[in-house]
Amino acid sequence: MLQKGGNFLLEALNAADVFTPEDISDEHRMIAGTVADFALNELAPRVEELEHQPAGLMRELLVKAGELGLLSADVPEEYGGSDLGKLASIIITENIVAGGSFALGHGAHTGIGSLPIVLFGNEEQKKRYLPGLASGDLIAAYALTEPNAGSDALSARTKAVLSADGKHYILNGEKMFITNAGFADVFITYAKVDGDKFTAFIVDRNTPGFSLGAEENKMGIKGSSTRSLIFEDAKVPVENVLGEIGRGHVIAFNILNIGRLKLGAGCSGSAKMAIGLAAKYALQRQQFNLPIAKFGLIRQKLARMITEAYAAESVIYRLAGMIEESMEDKATGAEIAAAIEEYAIECSIAKVFGSEVLDYIVDELVQIHGGYGYIQEYPAERLYRDSRINRIFEGTNEINRLIIPATLVRRAMKGQLALLPAAKALAGEVLNLRAAAPEEDGRPLAEERTMLAMAKKLFLLVGGQAVEKYMDKLAREEEIIGILADLAIQIYAMESAVLRALKAWEAGPAGAQMKLDLARAFVFDHYPQLEKWAKEAICFLFDGDMLRTQLSIVKRLCKHQPADLIGLRRQIAARLLEAEKYVV
Amino acid sequence: MKIVVCLKQTFDTEAKITINPDGKINDQGVSLIMNPYDEFAVEEALRLQEKNGGEVTVVSVGGAKAQDALRQALAMGADKAVLVTAELAAMDEYSTATILAKAIAGLEYDLIIGGFRAVDDGSAQVAGRVAEILGLPVVNVVTKLEVADGKALATREIEGGSEVVEVPLPAVITAQKGLNEPRYPSMKGIMKAKKKPMEKKDPAGLGLDAAAVAARVCALEYFLPAPRAAGKIIPGEPAEATAALVRALREEARII
Repeated sequence: MLQKGGNFLLEALNAADVFTPEDISDEHRMIAGTVADFALNELAPRVEELEHQPAGLMRELLVKAGELGLLSADVPEEYGGSDLGKLASIIITENIVAGGSFALGHGAHTGIGSLPIVLFGNEEQKKRYLPGLASGDLIAAYALTEPNAGSDALSARTKAVLSADGKHYILNGEKMFITNAGFADVFITYAKVDGDKFTAFIVDRNTPGFSLGAEENKMGIKGSSTRSLIFEDAKVPVENVLGEIGRGHVIAFNILNIGRLKLGAGCSGSAKMAIGLAAKYALQRQQFNLPIAKFGLIRQKLARMITEAYAAESVIYRLAGMIEESMEDKATGAEIAAAIEEYAIECSIAKVFGSEVLDYIVDELVQIHGGYGYIQEYPAERLYRDSRINRIFEGTNEINRLIIPATLVRRAMKGQLALLPAAKALAGEVLNLRAAAPEEDGRPLAEERTMLAMAKKLFLLVGGQAVEKYMDKLAREEEIIGILADLAIQIYAMESAVLRALKAWEAGPAGAQMKLDLARAFVFDHYPQLEKWAKEAICFLFDGDMLRTQLSIVKRLCKHQPADLIGLRRQIAARLLEAEKYVV
Repeated sequence: MKIVVCLKQTFDTEAKITINPDGKINDQGVSLIMNPYDEFAVEEALRLQEKNGGEVTVVSVGGAKAQDALRQALAMGADKAVLVTAELAAMDEYSTATILAKAIAGLEYDLIIGGFRAVDDGSAQVAGRVAEILGLPVVNVVTKLEVADGKALATREIEGGSEVVEVPLPAVITAQKGLNEPRYPSMKGIMKAKKKPMEKKDPAGLGLDAAAVAARVCALEYFLPAPRAAGKIIPGEPAEATAALVRALREEARII
């Protein structure tokens, strides 16, 4: 059943309500396998070479990917695409990560680079650009950021003025950190018409007055090209205005939604790859006459890593499945964009959670490698550096955290989401509220499901109190917003992990044990954080008797019997080491 | 030109082989692939078809899961597939070849191609047996193939070199590594594959009774190779170490 975006915080969902990696079709499975083979055999051997950005290599590899249809999943067939759908596009993104920096070039081209034309281009623009973008004859880049407009994207200073003959917009300004810039043919660029109407333009590489800055020397993803764009009286034909004048922000924000999900998918894929490397290294590296995989602290690391990756993968597929389903009756670009916008909260969650899980995992990957993890000969070192950017681009994780509660509150105010009635109902019952004993219904994860229900109440409690106290000034209390975001992110991740395991169990208990263990480990590992965060917020919101009352409510809500995480992790690690790769 | 490709689904070459307590090979949770040598055969058939027109039919004998391997061939570009599911207690090369030959006999063909062996049991017998049953010439371990005027010119590996042979069509050709570089199925190909015809049969439906396909060879026991003992490093100055190595090779390993 199709859920409204953000609704997961209000209602208890069933396993049948979520899409899981186990639900993908045979075709999608074959796509995943083919893309992973292609990345391993055709891209991975070139990763080291690509790090030095030899002229033409990224393009050559993109064209090769284009031959298989890996550039055109989101492009309709009538414009030369393969129109595979959003889920297939996410599966491609998740499985292409063995290509290192290639994945960046691929993502920038197919996602934020091509999608603005796919979704918002007019017929003539689609005919002119999409066939080339689908095949790789044309490579795209996306230019939103400026030297002084990063998170505050709408403060862009690049200006566009209509020429005297009305045939061109004259662009002046600079864009910063543009992926694929070195060799792209088409740049989706934002500029303000007459200095105030934020507008998207399609800028061709050979535009007079358009030039590129020098290649940036980056910490990681060194194989991807990153340059600034310079507009000095650049003459962009009026036909190249994308969408409506003054409506560029609609394109910018919609593209970022899907971009964030794709980023999360890439992080999930990289996390799984890193876990395979960690397990293999731990089995092969000997110390004290034993493979280090025999040692408890290494096994604990491996178990924690795969637990996080399992949760991230569950989040990505749940959201991708939901978006795929919501696409069914959508035809126009605007309809598609609006359908994706419905899940803006979940897209931000996928981005923040995916990138933070990956950063944690590559950090432990280096640690398991010890000194060798610090040496460039091993892939751990590159993965560690390459991961770091994910928390920064496509909206920093801080900006994405702000988006989550802001979007929730906005929808609540408009009556699109029954957040306020739910908070009000909770206030009525709050004094009698306590963590209920788990209801045994013959299905596994009963405790975890009860804890999840309590976590949702906790979110409503903190959120409701914060809104009541600060009303429309809540946005200024960023730390409180951050806590609400973290609660929402963890609730979504826990629920995705739990419902996926439950769904697998319902399909056949024999194959579900690892997923049940992973879900349990994830919930019990993270649950205590929720209480800590909620108390932090409550201590800021209240004092005196009110503070004591509220703290006792939080304590009652969060009460639970801890699980044997050490024993659980030992079993998880044993299965991972047996498989020598990510396995659920 | 009508080409039939015989293919087999095998364990992934990276799969971990384990033996169940009942002495059989454990296939639970093992990822399955198209036998890599059969991938060369599919690729060659597709290239011949692109050059000469015609039709490529892929045929497999196996469990229900084998349809994944057939689908992959369809996704690469083959036109149709035939899956014969034979749930026999024991099968050998004789059983497989008998079933395959019967299934192929019902098809039109100018050329039959298969991998020269499968990576699992590695018997390299099935294609040859099929040729024998169908009364066709067979050229094994082919690394280059040209087809023209009702004849095939095949380059095959022989010890210390290669030979070029000519056979009249129809004939059976078995593919060796080096014949070609198989393509990846394209995304469009994958989506199209599900709409391509896949005919499902069983031995009875082909007119083969249990006795006709019963295995002639049975495996008595499966066991894993003994784990390789750890290597030994001989310390010391080069001269002394060399002497110690020679002594070890002569007295312990007894190989010089």
